[in-house]
Amino acid sequence: MKTDVLVIGAGAAGMAAAIAAAKKNLKVVIAERDEITGGILNQCIHNGFGLHYFREELTGPEYAERFREQLNRYADAIEVLTDCHVLRLNRDKTALLVSLKGVFELETKAVIYAAGARERPFGSLMIPGDRPSGIFTAGVAQRLMNIDNRKVGRRALIVGSGDIGMIMARRLTLEGIEVVGVVERLPYPGGLLRNVIQCLRDFNIPLYLSSTVVEVKGSERLEEVIVASVDEQFRPIPGTEKSFKVDTLVLSVGLIPQVEMLNSLVALDKRTRGIACSNTGQSSNEWIFAAGNCTAIFDLVDYVTREGERAGEYASRYVNGDRFSLGIPIVPGENVMLTFPNFYSGVDDLTLYLRCRKPMERALLKVGGFEKSFEDLTPSEMIVVKIPERKLANLDMVEVRLEEV
Amino acid sequence: MRIAVIGAGVVGSLIARELCRYDVEVLLIEKNLDVGWGVTKANSAILHAGYDDPVGSVRARFCSTGNEMYTELSRELDFEIKRTGSYVLAFDDREVPVLHRLLIQGEKNGVPDLSIHDRETILSREPRINPEVKMGLWAPTAGITEPWMVAIAAVENALENGLKLFLNEEVIDFEKQGNRIVGIVTKRRVHRVDVVINAAGLFADEIARLAGAEYVPLHPRKGQYILLDKKLGNVVKSVVFPTPTEKSKGILVLPTIDGGLLLGPTAEDLPADRKNDLTTTSEGVQAVKNSVLKLVPEIDFSLVVKTFAGLRPESPQKDFFIGKSEIVPNFVNAMAMRSPGLTAAPAIAKYIAEEVLQQQMGLSLTTKKGFKPTRKGIRRYAELSLEEWQRAVNENPSAGRMVCFCNEVTEAEIVEAIRRGARTLDGVKFRTRAMFGRCQGGFCMSKILKILERELKTDASQIVLKSPNSWIVDGKVRE
Amino acid sequence: MEKIVCVLCPMGCKIKYRVEDGKIVSVQGNRCPRGLSYLEDELKEPKRIVPTSVKVVNGELPLVSVKTNRPIPKRLIPKFMQLIKQVQAEAPVKVGDVILKNVLDTGVDVIATRTVKRVNSA
Repeated sequence: MKTDVLVIGAGAAGMAAAIAAAKKNLKVVIAERDEITGGILNQCIHNGFGLHYFREELTGPEYAERFREQLNRYADAIEVLTDCHVLRLNRDKTALLVSLKGVFELETKAVIYAAGARERPFGSLMIPGDRPSGIFTAGVAQRLMNIDNRKVGRRALIVGSGDIGMIMARRLTLEGIEVVGVVERLPYPGGLLRNVIQCLRDFNIPLYLSSTVVEVKGSERLEEVIVASVDEQFRPIPGTEKSFKVDTLVLSVGLIPQVEMLNSLVALDKRTRGIACSNTGQSSNEWIFAAGNCTAIFDLVDYVTREGERAGEYASRYVNGDRFSLGIPIVPGENVMLTFPNFYSGVDDLTLYLRCRKPMERALLKVGGFEKSFEDLTPSEMIVVKIPERKLANLDMVEVRLEEV
Repeated sequence: MRIAVIGAGVVGSLIARELCRYDVEVLLIEKNLDVGWGVTKANSAILHAGYDDPVGSVRARFCSTGNEMYTELSRELDFEIKRTGSYVLAFDDREVPVLHRLLIQGEKNGVPDLSIHDRETILSREPRINPEVKMGLWAPTAGITEPWMVAIAAVENALENGLKLFLNEEVIDFEKQGNRIVGIVTKRRVHRVDVVINAAGLFADEIARLAGAEYVPLHPRKGQYILLDKKLGNVVKSVVFPTPTEKSKGILVLPTIDGGLLLGPTAEDLPADRKNDLTTTSEGVQAVKNSVLKLVPEIDFSLVVKTFAGLRPESPQKDFFIGKSEIVPNFVNAMAMRSPGLTAAPAIAKYIAEEVLQQQMGLSLTTKKGFKPTRKGIRRYAELSLEEWQRAVNENPSAGRMVCFCNEVTEAEIVEAIRRGARTLDGVKFRTRAMFGRCQGGFCMSKILKILERELKTDASQIVLKSPNSWIVDGKVRE
Repeated sequence: MEKIVCVLCPMGCKIKYRVEDGKIVSVQGNRCPRGLSYLEDELKEPKRIVPTSVKVVNGELPLVSVKTNRPIPKRLIPKFMQLIKQVQAEAPVKVGDVILKNVLDTGVDVIATRTVKRVNSA
């Protein structure tokens, strides 16, 4: 089998990338390991998607369905392979795939890797205590509740106040599962203020800030969770322990870019732990492009879609003979925790994503010759700015700084 | 004649399988929902070479023999072993004499090919080892396996040879006539038996006491472990021990069969009433971290997959307690199977069947015609050649549907595991390695739940993780 | 000035406002007019969009995700959830299909947010 572009993953980034490449008149194969396209959007039945991209507010499944329609519209150009897992990607631009039809090789001119992220599992947290049933990552709980029609428990504690954690707190509450609280390690909520209000406050769900789980108990099903306050180094403070008698623990403690398949083929970024990319979506290996949560964890699916489109466009240009350099590195400076992309190729303006290191009331963003002031910044909300090409001329490196005002 | 084995860990399972060679009825009675879920489920998974055990001890008698038997056994029963070899490392001059003592002890115990390596040899074989290492005892016959797979494979093979397996049946009493046991009373029924073999792991002392037979008192020794991502699978190639102390072989670093990295265990003696205490502690995990850094200075702990604890049965004698009872004439003990119990198990199984039952107890066991010594494991499609895999998918498309992405396990493998007896999420996990990888079931657990539901023709709310009350989901969102 | 965060979209505008004699006399910080109506609602009768799911009969999936097409009064949410548990949809369901009209006399409809095919439908 031969194609111009192989897209790995049909979530938000992959679907957008495939459509963008098809619009450039290329032949596209999109491989999705799940039964249907749409990725995690399918299980995110809450609203809050699409405001930037569609200028209207949609739920996850609605958002996915719009792109599914586009995939159908370009059915002549895009071959969608579901239940299809990419086993290997080789240096000679071939991929080995397996599906219900069997094992087959695919020859491509470019790859757009859009494998998304996985949830940080309970095991990796090294929480002391028993290993009972009843401990779920938020995504698993969400899938069980929203797709499989399964209640995950009766009385629950949520760990992590990222958006998914808070949204699951509301979801469980609405379905009659008592949520006794949300525990957050940081001194401020991890997700949007909007979700603190409509998911927690609306339902009187307590938010325990600067707190962490220090023990889980239950030899069979979960019975009890011990939570303690933490100091500034996130170490539990003895004597502050609180006990919650719950049978369910839902963890929303972070996403990890899925990069394993590409490990030996491309460079990774130390900070994002994702695939290091230029603003063209190109990785350190010129024929491999990447987009979405496998590069860095984004706040909004709208951003992921844009990045998917960008990777689709540049991958198409690459297939048609254009060559880009990875460009100069973009690095976080003062008060900046994370930046994306990791390189600026010098072509086109730069859409820059960043997170501040700490909550700030007023700050001045400085990038090359570009400046912009911001108010009320928090690390949980990604900042997005478009920086014109001319503001980045003659630099060896792009340092991104936030000066507190 | 009916012979009952109590306890389906590695020891009990291999004894039961060994007895299936003879023309007797063999019963295997296990209180857990699956085989290999006691001591067998969480230990270091090492095939020890046999230099650790004091000369003349029961451990020494069975360890190196058992080690050798694993080559043939793993071929017959189609489970994986890797002869990785092991190092005992000395980091200061006072530790070096200990290595020489172990070498001599090992040679007396019949351990082949032991040698002392210098620093350069060690670092050339294991470049990630702390360069301050002085000397190391190299034991090429040491290796690793998956202990639960040994039990599963043995039981599957035994079932094909006529074994009767009773899971979820805790033994609560014995019926006796005089000194002889005539019945084993479990929570569900009474089994009429002629001979009882006690391989009840941590609880073997309680079983022996219940039977009125001799026993050594057992207490649990807890071992906490850290399992790391496959990305670190190449940190060491062999099993790496520090120089042992009086109490234990120390906290070690070793590769796992499926390519991960295992650190541990601690050695925490617990009172006898805490035989179910599988909790990890922050102190324990910290102790593992601190100790292994002396062996391998750079380990990326952001790649931890999980922490867990296991219990091993320890006795005051620090030795196995194996043999027929002098009080209860039809009762045999295989207890206090501390390290190297896993390694010794095949040799002990053979010893019990041939020497204890036949020679010492005078039972006349005739070999069964048609005993089939081999068993095939579940096919791992991702490990087949592409042609073989393609043929398999042509026959059964679900061999092409990947369910567990981290360890590349297909739906066909999960269905096969259920066909072979998996009834729980852990049952599937330990048979197929699905949910064992870096995402810990994040992507596949809900799918596996549905496959279990479909194959067992039950409702997901009836499916448990590992024990009767470890339910996963509580009914439906919309009835 | 009082402060409130608009929850209508992920922008989460921080609206500053002043109320005198029950009337809003000054507002700033809302990036769109919806912020003002949110503020008015929030002071009088807070409203929320409710996303949830409904049972599907003869569908490829057991559930279809749904939402209220406009916000409903917050105080009605428990009642709404009671009601939604009784509702069934017959597959096929298409995204945008009205599952329940004028729910609890609010003038708001419950609409499907995904497509669920009929099982074994050609």
